[in-house]
Amino acid sequence: MNFVMPDFFPAAAEIFLLGMACVILLIDLVVGDSKRWLIAMLTQVTLVGCAAITVYTADGQVVLTFNNMFVDDLLADFLKLLVYVSVAVTLIYSRGYLVARALDKAEFYLLALFATLGMMVMISAAHFVTIYLGLELMSLSLYAMVALDRDSARATEAAMKYFVLGAMASGFLLYGMSMLYGATGTLEIGGVAQAIYNGVANEKVLVFGLVFIVSGLAFKLGLVPFHMWIPDVYQGAPTAVTLFIGSAPKLAAFAMTMRLLVYGMFEVAEQWQLMLMVMAVLSMALGNLAAIAQSNLKRMLAYSTISHMGYMLLGLISGVASGDKHFALNAYSAAMYYTVAYVMMSLGTFGTILLLSRAGFEAEHLDDFKGLNQRSPWFAAIMGILMFSMAGVPFFIGFFAKFSVLLAVVDTQNYWLAVTAVFFALIGAYYYLRVVKLMYFDAPTDTAPIKASLDMRLMLSANGLAVALLGIFPQTVMGLCSFALLRSL
Amino acid sequence: MPSLSHYLVLAAILFAIGIVGIFLNRRNLIVLLMAIELMLLAVNTNFVAFSHYLGDINGQVFVFFILTVAAAESAIGLAILVILFRNLATIDVDDLDRLKG
Repeated sequence: MNFVMPDFFPAAAEIFLLGMACVILLIDLVVGDSKRWLIAMLTQVTLVGCAAITVYTADGQVVLTFNNMFVDDLLADFLKLLVYVSVAVTLIYSRGYLVARALDKAEFYLLALFATLGMMVMISAAHFVTIYLGLELMSLSLYAMVALDRDSARATEAAMKYFVLGAMASGFLLYGMSMLYGATGTLEIGGVAQAIYNGVANEKVLVFGLVFIVSGLAFKLGLVPFHMWIPDVYQGAPTAVTLFIGSAPKLAAFAMTMRLLVYGMFEVAEQWQLMLMVMAVLSMALGNLAAIAQSNLKRMLAYSTISHMGYMLLGLISGVASGDKHFALNAYSAAMYYTVAYVMMSLGTFGTILLLSRAGFEAEHLDDFKGLNQRSPWFAAIMGILMFSMAGVPFFIGFFAKFSVLLAVVDTQNYWLAVTAVFFALIGAYYYLRVVKLMYFDAPTDTAPIKASLDMRLMLSANGLAVALLGIFPQTVMGLCSFALLRSL
Repeated sequence: MPSLSHYLVLAAILFAIGIVGIFLNRRNLIVLLMAIELMLLAVNTNFVAFSHYLGDINGQVFVFFILTVAAAESAIGLAILVILFRNLATIDVDDLDRLKG
């Protein structure tokens, strides 16, 4: 048995991030409380460095390394860049909030970095072990982040619920993986696909495992009936952590779904499409209906996440129709575009909640947004753009995201599904537009001036304008998504 | 000599006990952590059984990773349990009812 040195080059960004996280851990030991900004600064520098390395190593080739456990392709590079951007934006938005609550410890930044590392490993995973390790590194960091506010009963309760349901989801995923291993005799995703293609996999064991894999993924994406944790965690966690959970991990969960279902089990696509279709309809229905009843904005946005993930699934289930596979590229690009658009909108909306929060006050109730137009016309307009975009009003990015997944559904002749999706989108528009009505037509109940640092104001404005501008030029992001997928499939 | 299906049935029973333990247990959070552990051990049994009958060592290597991560997971779970007890002075599952809409 001879040991061959693996090629480390494709994992350069991950190695750099891990090294920097350890350096920051050490630096935190020597700097005092007055130099906390240094840790935040170094975290951002790390993310910029990772982005530079990822751009530098992106050559458009599919490279497998570490005994086929790790894959570096254009899909991975593109999603990783989006993860860096969304984590960096999250940290900029969170800073003021954390300082006001004395939570701006190095732990927050370090856990964010380790969670980012977990997401990167998930995105580049080509083996069940890598998927599992990446997923757990991300999840364990997130559990700890939710519980960061140690004296808050709500936050610790949310952390406990997140932990129990998250651990159970991992259990489901692992049980499914063990069944796939039994059916195909390999742990490599490529090998699984090959075994299914060659017809050597045991059909019954395979489908049994698939059910568990799909349930595990549905837990992580937050799809009905596995959505119970989302509203509680979103509401209970400190808003900065909710912002983190609601943005970058969605990209990683999308990548994990692509790797497991599309790369590994494309041959049995019609089996998992049926399961996901049921979940998509239930998520759109329950997410949109339950959101109407909420008075807490964070909880409302949690239900809105559930419905958005349902819409994202519409793309994933339209790849194969009655044995015809030529829809696949379009449909999966639509799903990817939807995820990217959702992450942008989610960053902006939670960012606005953070903007209005201050020491001892959480702007998490709908009433706190009353009369925002009189307090700050500019940020009321930004929030308005975000709400219109989430509702799917033309011509914002959210509209084109919904449009492209609906187009993918119509391509496969699934007309009833498209009609159902539009119907629930109309119901959903009600609670988004209610926020706009509160901001513009009601008198403010909270009259304190909005204090936020300059970088946060600039970033939030850029975020809102990007949502509006990318809606006018939807082809830019859409083109990138389909190009990345085309070169990686 | 037990066959592969014996092991699979055993693992399925353990896994089912784990899930039922999570949903039916309304008294104690520590029992909940034990149920999670049981689920993961059922998965390990599956992997080892398949690995043995397929004659492929990779499944057993995966088990080591699962065991390690499960240990880290329990550590975080117990840490959250400790701060929960400090805040609420109880670890009853039924008392986790502050968050609802």
